[in-house]
Amino acid sequence: MAGVGGGNDFQWCFSQVKGAIDEDVAEADIISTVEFNYSGELLATGDKGGRVVIFQREQESKNRPHSRGEYNVYSTFQSHEPEFDYLKSLEIEEKINKIRWLPQQNAAHSLLSTNDKTIKLWKISQRDKRAEGYNLKDEDGRLRDPFRITSLRVPVLLPMDRMVEASPRRIFANAHTYHINSISVNSDHETYLSADDLRVNLWHLEITDRSFNIVDIKPANMEELTEVITAAECHPHQCNVFVYSSSKGTIRLCDMRAAALCDRQSKFFEEPEDPSSRSFFSEIISSISDVKFSHSGRYMMTRDYLSVKVWDLNMENRPVETYQVHEYLRSKLCSLYENDCIFDKFECCWNGADSAIMTGSYNNFFRMFDRNTRRDITLEASRENSKPRAILKARKVSTGGKRKKDEISVDSLDFNKKILHTAWHPKENVIAVAATNNLYIFQDKIN
Amino acid sequence: MSEEIEGRMPSSDEATHKEQQEIDDNVITPEKAEEVKLKARYPHLGAKPGGSDLLRKRLQKGQKFFDSGDYNMAKAKVKNKQQLPAVTPAEKAEITGDHIPTPQDIPQRKPSIVASKLAG
Repeated sequence: MAGVGGGNDFQWCFSQVKGAIDEDVAEADIISTVEFNYSGELLATGDKGGRVVIFQREQESKNRPHSRGEYNVYSTFQSHEPEFDYLKSLEIEEKINKIRWLPQQNAAHSLLSTNDKTIKLWKISQRDKRAEGYNLKDEDGRLRDPFRITSLRVPVLLPMDRMVEASPRRIFANAHTYHINSISVNSDHETYLSADDLRVNLWHLEITDRSFNIVDIKPANMEELTEVITAAECHPHQCNVFVYSSSKGTIRLCDMRAAALCDRQSKFFEEPEDPSSRSFFSEIISSISDVKFSHSGRYMMTRDYLSVKVWDLNMENRPVETYQVHEYLRSKLCSLYENDCIFDKFECCWNGADSAIMTGSYNNFFRMFDRNTRRDITLEASRENSKPRAILKARKVSTGGKRKKDEISVDSLDFNKKILHTAWHPKENVIAVAATNNLYIFQDKIN
Repeated sequence: MSEEIEGRMPSSDEATHKEQQEIDDNVITPEKAEEVKLKARYPHLGAKPGGSDLLRKRLQKGQKFFDSGDYNMAKAKVKNKQQLPAVTPAEKAEITGDHIPTPQDIPQRKPSIVASKLAG
């Protein structure tokens, strides 16, 4: 079924897959975040082992006009390491929860990466030239005796093998008692926010020893705790506006101009619930796992366990669009609660034009919805479909009694193969899909 | 299905709406059926749906508790009874302090940092 994400003849093709093939997946290799930079030239991944791998798109070559630029490894480094907080008896995982790129301001690239407690600003710079013919030192770097220098020469720049270096430039620590779930760079390019279960903090990118608390939902008595913050994001254009979502399925939009502490929201988004359909699971499956503004800044999208909702920022009482991701799981909630899958946190993303949205599901399936045509498609990230430029076939889960050929029944779905993290190139139809320890890159078919 | 059900929340998905009406004719929604199943297996599950217990567990993720007094007493018990008390909780609730970590239980120090296979 074509047509999602582009015109009517649009189809997705396999482009690349990164990662090991072996069945035994080491926990450290599980990808925990995927993010394109602003131009789409770079693609960063973080994993449970605290490592970051950055891929760079190759320039399109005249020799192979049919293959769009491929993504190859540009840099890799250990961002976070496991720690133990002795004072609180707390084990701090090195898992990278989120990576967010900073807008590029010079030749170097910068990104923020965070684990549960500490945010780090990494600068990635490359060198492809070196100077030769220094006056004060030898070719091997040893300083020359200044009295021995009898003539001056001008050093020359010579090409060298490209060397990419990543260095931590800022470490933003000790500001979160609870586990950080989100970071978001502000449109002013000077500040960013970080959110944990109960608080949201505002930082200046240059200042590491101070951060402003702008939201605090911790109750005076922890027994009264009813909801936690699940995600937060800055508005893409208005630097005074941000949103945060909760485990109760609500979103609060705050304006930092209104007060120093944004405990009182400016807007409150919640879809009214039908009280007759309420069950033990209602609150759990309404918990929002991701919130993303559209590029236009006019809409925002939220992901809860079974659906994706698009909200118009001007309408608080209900979403303008609701897309069912895997409604067939509603009759499996008991077992999904027992195996903890009901707590899986799926992310969602917009395409560059805000005309399509994508999110993951189980069995290495991921879903795309076209907002204009209202068409949707289910695709699979699997090694079986990994011939270069192979067109991805639409997948279908059979919900009724009769299972058609090529359909898969709900009971056959592999719930260990979850696609939680996906990313869409900011300008083109290129997507990155993280399937446990493998990263798949798909592109649109070139005619 | 042309009957409107009162109080139903607006949904832009027509198919689910009709499905819901059909299922409602059988009185119990799939979600409620799942709830009944769950309560049958875990009768002591918190009265408050998805409430403070779950949230508190989420906030306490990563917390390790160790008491040297308990540890030594448990070790002494082993000498006498050749058996540590059963540790795995039957239900979702975990009781702090019941599980005494022993050197065998504590996970080995994480292996030295290895490069990511994505970069390989």
